[in-house]
Amino acid sequence: MEELREEIISFPRVGEMAPSFEAVTTHGTLRLEDFKGSWLVLFSHPADFTPVCTTEFIAFSQAYPEFQKRGAELLGLSVDSVSSHIAWARNIQEKTGVKVPFPIIADLSKEVSIKYGMIHPGESKTETIRCVFIIDPDQVIRAILYYPLTTGRNISEILRIIDALQTTDKYGVATPANWQPGEKVIVPAPTTVEGAEERLKEGYECVDWYLCKKSV
Amino acid sequence: MACVTPEGKPTESGKKILNALKSGAASPEEIAKTSGLPLFRVRSGLRDMVQADLVKEEEGKYKLTEKGEQFIE
Repeated sequence: MEELREEIISFPRVGEMAPSFEAVTTHGTLRLEDFKGSWLVLFSHPADFTPVCTTEFIAFSQAYPEFQKRGAELLGLSVDSVSSHIAWARNIQEKTGVKVPFPIIADLSKEVSIKYGMIHPGESKTETIRCVFIIDPDQVIRAILYYPLTTGRNISEILRIIDALQTTDKYGVATPANWQPGEKVIVPAPTTVEGAEERLKEGYECVDWYLCKKSV
Repeated sequence: MACVTPEGKPTESGKKILNALKSGAASPEEIAKTSGLPLFRVRSGLRDMVQADLVKEEEGKYKLTEKGEQFIE
């Protein structure tokens, strides 16, 4: 137990390489490395056949084409078995008409959950909470979200984060609060006195030298 | 295994990979493009199919084996 607790508190962090794994999924045995070259949204849910998780899986499945447009794959995870995942996905399709198109890890051993810090004993000692890891094509963790058991995730926000990260990578800019694709982005603030003096002459839309925006 | 049945035969996804190999695709990226399968499925499927002796790998390129040829439609 002491060993488990030690590993649980060792969370991966933004900017670090995503921990490698090989896991049994509803689409066969998959490795993290199989997703190299694509964006990957690795997300955990507490348990199959539970209400909030079901609404999330419907929402993730319906948004799957939007993830694909962004070159992103989805990979679910819980500590349930493959048979449970398959039965749940079939039940969702039968009851709602929505097909779950992405693989789900059956992490019965909790090996992946522990590596990714998905079990938060304050919420549940046995289930994974609602974690989201956004991993880039080089397999670096670019964003992490944690939601409690009782709060279903906002899928639009996950898509928005991918849009923001891809915009940052393409144009070398940052994105402001509540940014949506098509809106102006933030030019990185100058880091020298000379740069600060020049910035206001560079034709950007500026509040001051440290907050300037442009269209991309 | 998602691309190979317990009897060692290719599944529908497995057949897509075999057909892509037959049409000349050799790298996982080419196979994904030709078969329409996601790249992660192709990579994991190729692992299964090498293990089942349906496909062989040489320096990152994949080819059908004699056994794999038998399942080409």
